[in-house]
Amino acid sequence: MPNSQLILNQTIVDDEWAFITLPSANEEVKKQAGKVVLFKITGESLPTDTQISQTIIPENGKIILPLSVYLSKRDTLKSRLNKREIALWLATHETLDALIAIEKDLNIFPLIAVFVERFQDGRIFSLGNLIRTRYQFKNILRAIGDVLQDQLFYLKRSGFNSYLIKEGKNAEEALKALNAFSNPYQGAVDITEPIWKRNIR
Amino acid sequence: MYQYDNIDQTIVNERVAQFRDQTSRYLNGKLTNDEFRPLRLQNGLYIQRHAPMLRIAIPYGLLSSKQLRKLAEIAERFDRGYGHFSTRQNLQLNWPKLAETPDILEELSKVEMHAIQTSGNCIRNITTDQFAGVAPDEIIDPRAIAEILRQWSTFHPEFSLLPRKFKIAVSGSKQDRSIVQAHDIGLEFYYDEYQKMAIRVWVGGGLGRTPILGSVIREHLEWEHVLTYCEAIIRVYNLHGRRDNIYKARIKILVKALGIEEFKQQVEAEWLHLKNTPNTIDETELKRVSQFFTAMPYENIKDQNNAYDEAIKNNKAFASWAKRSAHPHKQKGYRSITLSLKPHGLAPGDATSDQMRVVADLADLYSFGELRVSHEQNLILADVKLENIFNVWEKAKVHQLATPNIGLLTDIICCPGGDFCSLANAKSIPIATSIQEAFDNLDYLHDIGELELNISGCMNACGHHHVGHIGVLGVDKDGSEWYQVSIGGKQGSDASLGSVIGPSFAAEEMPGVIKKLIDVYIKHRTPEERFIDTVRRLGIDPFKEYVYA
Repeated sequence: MPNSQLILNQTIVDDEWAFITLPSANEEVKKQAGKVVLFKITGESLPTDTQISQTIIPENGKIILPLSVYLSKRDTLKSRLNKREIALWLATHETLDALIAIEKDLNIFPLIAVFVERFQDGRIFSLGNLIRTRYQFKNILRAIGDVLQDQLFYLKRSGFNSYLIKEGKNAEEALKALNAFSNPYQGAVDITEPIWKRNIR
Repeated sequence: MYQYDNIDQTIVNERVAQFRDQTSRYLNGKLTNDEFRPLRLQNGLYIQRHAPMLRIAIPYGLLSSKQLRKLAEIAERFDRGYGHFSTRQNLQLNWPKLAETPDILEELSKVEMHAIQTSGNCIRNITTDQFAGVAPDEIIDPRAIAEILRQWSTFHPEFSLLPRKFKIAVSGSKQDRSIVQAHDIGLEFYYDEYQKMAIRVWVGGGLGRTPILGSVIREHLEWEHVLTYCEAIIRVYNLHGRRDNIYKARIKILVKALGIEEFKQQVEAEWLHLKNTPNTIDETELKRVSQFFTAMPYENIKDQNNAYDEAIKNNKAFASWAKRSAHPHKQKGYRSITLSLKPHGLAPGDATSDQMRVVADLADLYSFGELRVSHEQNLILADVKLENIFNVWEKAKVHQLATPNIGLLTDIICCPGGDFCSLANAKSIPIATSIQEAFDNLDYLHDIGELELNISGCMNACGHHHVGHIGVLGVDKDGSEWYQVSIGGKQGSDASLGSVIGPSFAAEEMPGVIKKLIDVYIKHRTPEERFIDTVRRLGIDPFKEYVYA
C-alpha cells in the first residue's frame, strides 16, 4: 500500500497532483461572504490581485490551481487544460458562479478540490452536492485541508470520492468510516433515492 | 407509535458502534478535544459543571411504557436515579460517565431509542404538540410527517455541520401548541381549498440571545415537497449563514439581515432545482408511516360517566386537580391527563426512576401503553377513559405526580440552570422552588388562574423565558447572580415576546417580585381576563411602577 494520506474511492493511492497555493497576503484584504453581500465581514478573505499574480505556476505536470488564479490566467492555460494537467481548488466560502459563467462544462477538469480550513465547516457538503448535481461534474472530487475520518461518510454522500486525510491522522484507519452506515435514510449524491424508494423496506 | 424495522434498527446499532469507536479513539488520545466535541454533541453529550450531561431524544415527545421503563433503568444504573424532562421534549441525565455513554446508547437502542442529534450544529429532534392525534382542535395529525422528517434529518450528509443548531417544529391544530413561530423552521399543517394537506412554512424564529418570531416564507406548500423545501432553506442557510460569530450564526440572523423577501427569493431559486428530486415524499411512504399513528382502539362510550361526576362533586381535591389536568379529547368518553412534574419545592421537569415506572404502569393500565412529554416539561397520558381518571389521580398523588397546577403559576418551565449547566449565568431551579413555595396556597393559585412562568439560567433561553407570561432570565453581574424579569410573552398562535420591566433582582427578591406582579393583575383584571390579557391591555407600566415603587 502506498505511503500516502490520499484516499481515492475506497483505497489509498499516491498523489499525482501538485497542490498550488497562493503566496501569503501582505496587504489588507477585502472581505466577502459568498452571495450574501450584506455580510461584509465573515473573516474570510478573497485572494488579492497581487497574490494571484505572484502565484508560482510550475511549467510541467499535473497541478491543482486556486480557482482565482485559474480565472485570471485561463487564457495561458489552454494547452495544458487540453492535456488534462489542470485541476482547480476552491475554499468553502468561494462560489462557483464566476467559473460557471465562463466554463459551460466542468468536466474539462479531471479533478476539482474543495479546501476546508476547519473540519466543522459544513459548507463543503453543500459545495460537493452542487458540483455534482447542479454542475454535473463527473471526475474526481477531492476534499483537502482539515479532512478527518469522522466526516468522511458525509463527504462521500455529498459527492466526494477522494479525500486527502490531514497529516498526522491515520488514513488507513479512516477508510472504514466510509462505510459507517449501510442504508442511510435520505437520498443524497451517492445514493440518490431515499430509503422508501430503494425497495428494501 | 412508530415501530422500527430492520433498517431503523440497523442505523441505530451502527450509530452505537460508531460512537463507541469515536469515544475510544478520544480516550486513547487519537482525537483532540476539538475533534471530539461535535461528535459527542451530536450524540447528546455535553461536558458540564459536575459531570457530562446526556440528552436522550424523544422524537416528537412520544414514548412507550417499555421505553420509559428503560429510561428508569438507565437513570438508576448509570446515573443517580432521576432524569430531567426538557423543554424540547427530551430527557437529560445529569450524572453519566463519559466512558459509559456508549453502553447507555446501546441500552437505548434495545428499545428503539437514541441520542442522535440532540445537540450540535445540526437538525435537532423534531418537536410537536403533546396532544397530537387526540386534540379536538386538531386539523391534521402531524406525527407521520414528523417521523418522515426525523428519518430524513438523521445523518443528513449535507446538513451535518451547519453554522449553528437547527430546530424544526410541526403543528397541525387550530391552536398552536408547538411554538412554530419560535423555531428555525415551523411547519403548520392545514387543508387547502382542494382538501389537500398543505403546509404553511415559517422560518427564522428562535429564542436565545436574540429572540425573534419567525416569518412566513411560504403560505402554501404541498406536503410531498416538505423535505425538498426544507433542503432549499437549509442549503441557503448552510452556505450563507455566518460562521464567524457563534451569536450571529442562527438562521434568524441571516433572515433578518437579508430580509424575508430576499431570503425567500434565494430559497425559491434553490428550490427550483430541488423540487421533485428523489426526496419528494410519495403517497406510499406517507401511508406506510401514517399507519403507525392511527387512532387507538377506543371504546364507543358516552361522554359522561356517573362515577367520575360523583368524584368531582364529592372530592374537592380531585376536582381541582381534574380541572387543571384533564384535557378535552376528540373521542367521546376520553380525556388526556397531564401528570405534573412540578411538585412545589422540587426541580421542575425532574422525575425519579420510581416515578417513571409508576407512569409507565399507569400508561399500561389506562392509556394504551403510551405517553407523551410536553415542552412544558410534564408527562401526559393521552387516552384515559373518564371512569379511570380517579384511579390515575389516586396513584399519581401517592407519587407526587398530581400537583393540581397544570397551566398555573407554579407549573414553572425551567432549565437546569447553574446547578448543572456550564453555560448558565445563574441558578434557575432554586428560583423556581422558592416561587412555588411562596404560592403554595392552592386556592390562591387557582384564583390567579392560567399563567405561564418560564425561567432560563442564561440567554440561551432553554427555559423559553421570552414566551413566558412572566419570564425570568438569570444574568451575571460582576460575578454574582441576578434575575431580569419580563412580562407579556406568550406561546401559541398569537405568540409574542415579553418586555423587560426594568433592572434585575437578587434571588431572594424574586418571590416578592412575582407576588407584586400578581397583585397588580388581581387589582386590575376583568372577570374574564388571564394575566397575559391584562398585561396586553394595560401594557407593562402599571406592573413596573408597583414592582419598583
